[in-house]
Amino acid sequence: MDDVKVIEIKKSIFEDNDRDADNLRADLKRRGVFLLNLMSSPGSGKTTTLIQTINRIKDQVRVAVMEADIDSNVDAVKIREATGIPSIQLHTGGMCHLDAEMTRQGLDNVPLEDTDLVILENVGNLVCPAEFDTGAVKNAMILSVPEGHDKPLKYPLMFSICDVVVINKMDVLPYFDFDLEKCREYVRLRNPKAQVIPICAKTGEGVDAFAQWLLQEINNWKN
Amino acid sequence: MHELGIVFYIIRDVKKAAQENGVQKVSGVVMNIGEVSTIVPEYLTDCWRWAADKEDLLRGCALKCNIVPAVTYCEDCGAEYGTVQYGKVCPRCGSENTYLIRGNEVEIKEIEVPNN
Repeated sequence: MDDVKVIEIKKSIFEDNDRDADNLRADLKRRGVFLLNLMSSPGSGKTTTLIQTINRIKDQVRVAVMEADIDSNVDAVKIREATGIPSIQLHTGGMCHLDAEMTRQGLDNVPLEDTDLVILENVGNLVCPAEFDTGAVKNAMILSVPEGHDKPLKYPLMFSICDVVVINKMDVLPYFDFDLEKCREYVRLRNPKAQVIPICAKTGEGVDAFAQWLLQEINNWKN
Repeated sequence: MHELGIVFYIIRDVKKAAQENGVQKVSGVVMNIGEVSTIVPEYLTDCWRWAADKEDLLRGCALKCNIVPAVTYCEDCGAEYGTVQYGKVCPRCGSENTYLIRGNEVEIKEIEVPNN
């Protein structure tokens, strides 16, 4: 037993990231830049929702987008073509989430002095992005109707850290056993403070409510 | 591969601790893993083996996981109960006014260093 010396560490592996995230938030506050972290499963409609939202607010606030994916730049190109706003692609190098340091490095490529709102489209995943604070001011997630209303029960951490839950693809509601009231109840169980906003990104229905929420939060942050 | 990302954070922190303590070789890392931390210990140790063996400091180093049982506290009746069995709703009084008091840890408890 004497051939090994034990050194006590007792440190959460999230500790450094949490500190980096707090520093980044403080820096963004000083510069008057609002960072939104948008999360969801793959295929829930993050990019389409963003395009609809940005086209509603781009005359009122200066927006930039950071797309995080494991590979490709299809999302960044799509956003740029559909909205005309600056959009950069971050590659996570195989990692399933972004952390605060990766977010800061991404922000180095965004002209922050000419920007009010940066939207970070996180990697499509309901597990890891919830564990790593990116330094964002607010967290939003999109849950789409085909995924089912029971997701708040299955991915508790994700729903507990989100300030707003957007329910997308409301137009296909008749074809799925998705119960909106049950979904609201499950979200409330995980997080009584989270707002739930039903939308259809394809038709634009309900997107105004999400855009209003965002504008209000940006206003609160800057004042 | 959620666990591989976690392994990179463990390696970063162990390297830092080794440097601070003037250690050249680490033979064991002991983790406290909460029961509801979303970490699967078997995957974590598999990923660890692959990644740790690429580091001189950690070649052959074992990763041991202590599982921390998840416990939830009820603010309405003061009960403490097993989270995995009962979830968010207190089994004693039926309240939803509860919060997790332990069980989501992903922490490095200690490192083991060979004595020369």
